[in-house]
Amino acid sequence: MVLFIILAISAVAAALGMLFSRNAVHSALFLVLNFAIVAALYLTLNAPFIAMVQITVYAGAIIVLFLFVIMLLGAEQLRGVAGDGGVWQRWLAGGLTAVLLISFASILFQGNAITPASAAGVIDTSPAALGLRLFEAYVFPFEVTGVLLLAAIIGVVVLSISKKRGQQ
Amino acid sequence: MEFVTPTINILIVLPVLLVAGGGALLMLLELFMAEERVKQWAPTLAIIVLALAFLQTIGLWGQTHTTFTPEGSSPMVILDNFATFLNVIFLLTGFFTVLISVNYLPRVGLNRSEYYMLMLFSLSGMMLMGMANDLILVFLALEVLSIPLYILAGLSRPRPESEESAMKYFFLGAFSSAIFVFGIALTYGATGSTALPAVLAGVSNGGALALAGVAMMLVGFGFKVAAAPFHMWTPDVYEGAPTVVTAFMSVGAKVGGFAAMLRVFVSAFGSLGQTWVPAVAVIAAITLIIGNVVAIVQPNIKRMLAYSSIAHAGYILMAVAASVNSPDGVSAALFYMFAYLFTNLGAFAIAIAAERKLGEGVMLDDYKGLAKRSPLLALAMAYFMLSLTGIPPTGGFSGKFFVFRATLEAGLVWLAVVGVITSVVSGYYYLRVVYLMYMYDGEGELHTKPALLTAVALTVLATLVLGLLPGAWYEITKQAALQGLQVLAGG
Repeated sequence: MVLFIILAISAVAAALGMLFSRNAVHSALFLVLNFAIVAALYLTLNAPFIAMVQITVYAGAIIVLFLFVIMLLGAEQLRGVAGDGGVWQRWLAGGLTAVLLISFASILFQGNAITPASAAGVIDTSPAALGLRLFEAYVFPFEVTGVLLLAAIIGVVVLSISKKRGQQ
Repeated sequence: MEFVTPTINILIVLPVLLVAGGGALLMLLELFMAEERVKQWAPTLAIIVLALAFLQTIGLWGQTHTTFTPEGSSPMVILDNFATFLNVIFLLTGFFTVLISVNYLPRVGLNRSEYYMLMLFSLSGMMLMGMANDLILVFLALEVLSIPLYILAGLSRPRPESEESAMKYFFLGAFSSAIFVFGIALTYGATGSTALPAVLAGVSNGGALALAGVAMMLVGFGFKVAAAPFHMWTPDVYEGAPTVVTAFMSVGAKVGGFAAMLRVFVSAFGSLGQTWVPAVAVIAAITLIIGNVVAIVQPNIKRMLAYSSIAHAGYILMAVAASVNSPDGVSAALFYMFAYLFTNLGAFAIAIAAERKLGEGVMLDDYKGLAKRSPLLALAMAYFMLSLTGIPPTGGFSGKFFVFRATLEAGLVWLAVVGVITSVVSGYYYLRVVYLMYMYDGEGELHTKPALLTAVALTVLATLVLGLLPGAWYEITKQAALQGLQVLAGG
């Protein structure tokens, strides 16, 4: 419980830091921190695989992409963008946040409004068990994912070189 | 923990493997052969791959197989007459698309071997849509179907229309996929499984969670098949994409969407029929009205055919809505898609022949006087337009007849009335093409090459056969429909 409170407070702090820092690179780094803390939260929930995926995919790949784009575009510094959009957007955002908080609170304090059906049996979430599931039950979807990624890669190549070759 | 090999019967998925493998083979060929030669051979290779897959598929007719069955669980892939029939539709779509593309692509400067590669990948996704027995596989098949299409729509980059088409298709497609996968997640939450037989068993006790899942999956399928009010992307995407790609997606993506929709909704969600049938019926009616009415004012043949394809999605949706309460619903939908395949690809073949350069010669005014310059092709176009309207003796008429009959059997009389009225409305814009071709003089010319002429001849013949002898073909679709649903209910 103590661990959870420490992690939760630092996760929220990192999220706030991301929102309020004026430098886009700092924001991205705060986001990495936030992802890492959330991964630790997953670990305390006995979900080591999701924690690792969180680190590799989000903290790894996606943040690298973010930083790459930020630095490539030279958009580190936020210029004063306030002004357009104006007050009604803030009210709208505030209202929607209130709705979200109230619905969360009602679920927390009234017990579960919706009970999902439990999957059959005890779920083993260790990476080894997940790997076995992947290659036993889901081996065909796994292969189809391979075709999907191949098509996407070819697509990137097609779209990025079309200009030069199309004019031959 | 020990690894238990699932039961695998590779022969069942062999048609899909051939098609996807053909795409991969084309990619590898570029390593060993000069680019020009690959371009030269790509269409031939695609046809060979499609023919092999076709023979294998035909050989599986009448049989029911399952494969990739894990220990103590239901199979991932199911091949019954329903899936086999749809695979025939997809392979024929691929075949005709290659025929109409061979000469078009070099003419407009888009001759790239990647075109055939991506088309084959997309086809493999379509084939899986009908064979999937698990919602996860349905989603993956949907993505394998869609992602190559996003790219193909942007093939004539940097042409702005093509970029717009690809961007719109990609964003709305990604958005609808997200809604779809959310629906799958909710269904999983309600039933505890993504396997269709388990979903069938658990969905009627799923309560609000299951209903939300069904609704979101309906939205996802609605986007894919271009049903109103999820049709907004269709005209722009169809107009901007290269015409051969438009032809391919107007048949392939639509039938692919309906393949999975029929399997998932009619069998797995069948027990919730009283809830979703009214929703599908209303969507069908809106789709029919919007598609047919807005098509009237389109000056561009590609936009007109886009709205016409929206309208035809409405007719197929009528059959989907009918299929819970009528034994003829699924077979009517299958017959309609079979007839639509030939008619629509034939009409697009002529539109491709009339296109001078990219985006030129696609206005309806360009069709003026075609009857004098190429009387046979004008006659074929007129015949396709009659078939799309639903005037006998054409495949389109037979399809509409079966769909309306199933709708009446299911007790949806008001929907059948909407269908008949909108069919009459559609006569206006379809027959205007005929009127322009025969009653005016114009400069329009047609680029005719043997491959395209073969495609036109075959599609005319098929439309005629379906129009003159619908009974025999309807029996086949009936076998496909019955067997498809029985297996899932039992398995």
